[in-house]
Amino acid sequence: MSNLAVLPILIPLLAGIFSAFINKKTKMVRIFSILVSIINLIVVSYIGYTIFQNGSIILETGGWKAPYGIVLVADMLSILLVITTNIIAVACIFFARKSLSQQQESFYFYTFFFFLITGVSGAFLTGDLFNLFVFFEVLLMSSYALIVLGGGKIQLRESIKYVLINLFSSILFVTVVSFLYSVVGTVNMAQIAERVQEVEQKGILTTIAILLFFVFATKAAVFPLYYWLPKSYIVPNPVVSALFGALLTKVGIYSILRVFTTIFVYEIDITHQFFLWLAALTMITGVIGALSTNNIKLIISYNIIPAVGFMLMGIGLYTEASISGSIYYLLHDMVVKGTLFLIVGAIVALTGTSDLRKMGGLIHHYPVIGWLFFVASLTLAGIPPFSGFIGKLLLLQEGLAQDQIAIVIIGLITSLLILFSMIRIFIQAFWGEKDDTITPNRVKSRAYAWPIAFLVAFSVFLGVGAEYVYPMVEDISAYLLDPSQYIDSVLKE
Amino acid sequence: MEIITSMLAGILFATGIYNLLQKQMLRIIIGTALLSHGAHLFILTMGKLKRGKPPILVEGVEKYVDPLPQALILTSIVISFGVTSFLLVLAYRASLLNETDNMEELRGSDYE
Repeated sequence: MSNLAVLPILIPLLAGIFSAFINKKTKMVRIFSILVSIINLIVVSYIGYTIFQNGSIILETGGWKAPYGIVLVADMLSILLVITTNIIAVACIFFARKSLSQQQESFYFYTFFFFLITGVSGAFLTGDLFNLFVFFEVLLMSSYALIVLGGGKIQLRESIKYVLINLFSSILFVTVVSFLYSVVGTVNMAQIAERVQEVEQKGILTTIAILLFFVFATKAAVFPLYYWLPKSYIVPNPVVSALFGALLTKVGIYSILRVFTTIFVYEIDITHQFFLWLAALTMITGVIGALSTNNIKLIISYNIIPAVGFMLMGIGLYTEASISGSIYYLLHDMVVKGTLFLIVGAIVALTGTSDLRKMGGLIHHYPVIGWLFFVASLTLAGIPPFSGFIGKLLLLQEGLAQDQIAIVIIGLITSLLILFSMIRIFIQAFWGEKDDTITPNRVKSRAYAWPIAFLVAFSVFLGVGAEYVYPMVEDISAYLLDPSQYIDSVLKE
Repeated sequence: MEIITSMLAGILFATGIYNLLQKQMLRIIIGTALLSHGAHLFILTMGKLKRGKPPILVEGVEKYVDPLPQALILTSIVISFGVTSFLLVLAYRASLLNETDNMEELRGSDYE
């Protein structure tokens, strides 16, 4: 029964290994990966269902008792994120068969794709800090391979920077883990939390907490450490960008959320106050970037950054409502960023340019993609019936309740500017005179529209069906704010 | 002993970061190698040095060194080995295709 927790890691891992053997048979590997992704989504949803019914699943791998072996902790938060990951994976795998070239597909795209999902699921599920590092490396290694897949001049140029910054932060991660090990004598997260609690985070532990924050902040693209993100996310194939935009930074945010709600929660004045400032700066700088360019891919890419700011703001406020706001925003943002990258990829593939000034009148040729983009933009900006609204509402309300007026104002202005940057794409690319010289590629655009519509439908559900999702999120945030539940369920004392 | 190795690791970090800030691609990669050496030395140091025999079960031995940091280092070494070899090939391809190994000339020209 508790072996269920390993399936979200095991299925994509085996699928990745198997698809490496059949890489030349493009059709076969396509069908195989579509099947496996759907099966994986079903399995993961079933695991999620059992967890919400019977409480979290703790798997002690190899039968070793908790602090001595590696534990996989599938609690409500991790499984919800794993389910979202797999929904995005299904949409991307359907999109991939149209947007990848024959050559890219046969050069192990699907293998790396599955390894990326393995790494992301593993990072969400693990209960061990060093194991988290290993899963980070699994997902980063496959992201290195995916980012250069195709081997264009710009891709090579940007991926060197991407690999270097991530390598540096990984090395820092190892160093910080070793510091933490020398202080508390363990790498199991529950036991670290217990021991930090015993000394109430005295002495060196706050320094280690801030170092650890910087490691995760580099992965999550928080204010001073986001400069590597925008350009490296636009160079690979649109499917790869969608996977990166939806998953990679969110793993960093999840790690911050986990570490700063279970382990380092005793010096809130120092750490969490510091997050609020960084969150405000992240929002401002990200949205300024989004307004500064006419490249539609770059606009979407910059829009990742303010979203990270919003999630960090919830962690910084550190109350039950604000943490649930962060979690809601996290779920919403994973889906909507995947959607937007796919739409923009489709637009670029259909028009052949990513420059906003060279487009116009696309709505006459591709109405479905146009309206999907419109809905996704409203979702991103947080217009009431859609999913971005609820997360933002909770965050801003809680900000007001805590008298953090400055960050609330910044958050509101940021939302407005996000909306502006998105509607700018909509107005310039989709509106305007019909260009009769273009013959629309209907077959291709329909193939692009399906996976996008799937994700948009899911993100609309997150907004309209908040009645179903919100109670779960509320439970999760109550669970996160009481670290003893996590510790007790893992250490079983 | 721990003081000396910590200082050595610090020196490795300093030289690694200095090399990371250079313009030539190969120097940067050497910098990352030095950095990972520093990190591995740190893990070893943080597990405390010279406290017993090698961690192999032998009859009559009372004290062993901590085996956990050694396993962590071993994992970390192979990971950084994999990344470094990937990075070397990447740098080779990038310098061939872009016809330069100078990071200054590898800047994007789109919006500058």
